Amino acid sequence: MSEEQRSPIESGVPDPFQYMHPIMRRNFGAWSWHDRPRPGVLHHVAETGEEIWTVRAGTCRQLDTDTLRKLCQIGDDFGDGHVRFTIRSNIEFMVGESAKVDPLIEKLEMEGFPVGGTGNSVSTVAHTQGWLHCDIPASDASGLVKSLMYELYDEFVSERMPNRVRLSTSCCQINCGGQADIAINIQHTKPPKINHDLVANVCERPSVVARCPVAAIRPALVNGRPSLEVDERKCICCGACYPPCPPMQINDPENSKLAIWVGGKNSNARSKPSYQKLVVAGIPNNPPRWPEAVQAVRKILNCYREDAHEWERMGEWIDRIGWSRFFSMTGFPFTRFHVDNWRAHRHGLNTSTHIRF
Amino acid sequence: MPKKPHPTPNLDQLQGGPWPSFVTGLKHLADRSEMMSDLVGQLEHSYQTKKGYWKGGTVSVFGYGGGIIPRFSEVSDQFPESREFHTLRVMPPAGMHYTTEVLRQLAEIWDRHGSGLVAFHGQSGDIMFQGCRSENIQPAFDEFNELGFDLGGAGPSVRTSMSCVGSARCEHSCFNEAHAHRQVLNNFTDDLHRPALPYKFKFKFSGCPNDCMNSIQRADMAVIGTWRDDIQIKQEEVAEFIRAKGRGYVVDNVITRCPSRCMRLDDDDTLSIDNKNCVRCMHCINVMTKALSPGKDRGVTVLVGGKRTLKIGDLFGSVIVPFMPLASDDDHEKLIDLASEIIDFWAENGLEHERCGEMIERIGLSNFLEGIGMEVDPAMVSQPRTNSFVRTDLWDEEAEKWQERQSG
Repeated sequence: MSEEQRSPIESGVPDPFQYMHPIMRRNFGAWSWHDRPRPGVLHHVAETGEEIWTVRAGTCRQLDTDTLRKLCQIGDDFGDGHVRFTIRSNIEFMVGESAKVDPLIEKLEMEGFPVGGTGNSVSTVAHTQGWLHCDIPASDASGLVKSLMYELYDEFVSERMPNRVRLSTSCCQINCGGQADIAINIQHTKPPKINHDLVANVCERPSVVARCPVAAIRPALVNGRPSLEVDERKCICCGACYPPCPPMQINDPENSKLAIWVGGKNSNARSKPSYQKLVVAGIPNNPPRWPEAVQAVRKILNCYREDAHEWERMGEWIDRIGWSRFFSMTGFPFTRFHVDNWRAHRHGLNTSTHIRF
Repeated sequence: MPKKPHPTPNLDQLQGGPWPSFVTGLKHLADRSEMMSDLVGQLEHSYQTKKGYWKGGTVSVFGYGGGIIPRFSEVSDQFPESREFHTLRVMPPAGMHYTTEVLRQLAEIWDRHGSGLVAFHGQSGDIMFQGCRSENIQPAFDEFNELGFDLGGAGPSVRTSMSCVGSARCEHSCFNEAHAHRQVLNNFTDDLHRPALPYKFKFKFSGCPNDCMNSIQRADMAVIGTWRDDIQIKQEEVAEFIRAKGRGYVVDNVITRCPSRCMRLDDDDTLSIDNKNCVRCMHCINVMTKALSPGKDRGVTVLVGGKRTLKIGDLFGSVIVPFMPLASDDDHEKLIDLASEIIDFWAENGLEHERCGEMIERIGLSNFLEGIGMEVDPAMVSQPRTNSFVRTDLWDEEAEKWQERQSG
């Protein structure tokens, strides 16, 4: 190694206190209560009586530096120069005076940053990189989210859902987007197409064999060259082999579809956290506006909004009304693919006579 | 300055409308950079063909093994300027607090060395500086590093962590999330920067059971705030809440929504709670933010093994520490020791590309606990086993251990 190379300062996670709003620093660990004066605004009161207002705005996550500077300028001119981001890429401006809230909101909205995402709203869709930057995506992330938000903007800036609604998207079945009330995820439908000329040079074959969840991959000689073959009767088209072995192309412009899952919940409030469940598959991956996926999400949200009780999350609502009613209300077909056949699948069966008619 | 922009009939349909458009931002950058112009061209090409065109590779900074996500274009003959478009994963301050000043400094560094495209934040919690040529990676990192920022995790390593806003602004907070986050992560910088584990390992820190960091789902080790004593009730605020919302609302949305049915609204409009049966779900506290708050004997519950689908299906984390205090330096040392035990045992016993939760599924929780020197506890299960296929000839010894723990 050349002597001129600079060694990293292994400083780890930066200390947030140097960047934190002074009111938050002063009242750290000593907050008393909060309320939401309007959608997009949180009002926290400390034990000392000191107050702070937070104005939350949606971003498109992928920002150009000039948009970032624009947000900073808004923070300087209309806020107190301190911001933070939420886990869903919303930006929050904290201010110490209630009089600053309305001008800040007005400025944000004027500059095209919707104020909302609090309480019983549909917040920004958790998403990934997709075609913009990922090496394995079958779809785009930012584009699908933008398409969804054309339709769901009104739900972001209001709080009229029964409880909060969290959405996610994922561009492959690894599902970086994660569990959500509604998740829109790629679901491949055909086995990988293998470029046998490349496998031996590009892939560590035993690792690829080990990666398959259903043991459908085995080493093989193809055209005299070491390669891999897939037992297509066993293959579940999950794409797990593709990242470690790019010559096993799983993405297909027509056969990589979208599936929608509902009822994922991370919070422990009321019910325990729950996994998302399959609702509909076979939705075309249809850029640039993915109308079929957007309409399916809208349909689910409409039913939820109309029928769920206050405080019921998506999954809790369905637990109350039952899946038969959910499928009849939404009009989606119930198919053999909805019946789980993975490990421990019997936990998903109805082993009782509890049936709604 | 740049050549004629690529036509983008597909991406154009993602501009306009009330929600901020990433396409508008990309095009803005394309106006000032040929790299971004070709990036926009490649993205439009993906929209037209419905295929991705990035492949990985190996790019790093001096002294580290991970933290950079290398991206090389497979269509660089058509889009040569964005042929290298690597990402630097940079760890944000705990709780994602920034001054506008430091954001401007980050933007200024990034404009000089990279594309000007940045994401706040990636799904693991990194600031993602997207779009850097190989030769600019080191100078970009050096400047971020001098500003006080460090690279995040990538590959089979401890990954960047997240903690909620917590004590900084939330009355539900049951511990100092930022402190725990930094204490734990900064103890594992070697495992974070130099990938050598079976697979990724994620920590997440949520201040209360609302788990705003989604840690049960997403973290190999989830640290979630909780309390052991009674929920604090301000009866005068209960009365005020009833005056504002009505008795029916409280019955329907607080009393009957309690998962362990431990609440009662008495005839005099006071609220009583059977705290022995409260499962600390947070619901009533979420509804009545003024009247109710977590108890005073606070600490954390630790769950281990959360992850998404690959390879054996989704796993939520499960409890391994029902409660531990997390206030003193000693408490934090204990948490770090626990994390080290878990990572060491998993590094030793996990298969390649096997998450910690998958290893536990393979060997059983009891064996895992034995491996890290912990004892079983009924709070770790939703119910005891239901099948008899287990060898129990060591029953008396194990029962003795339980008796000892109970008396100790």
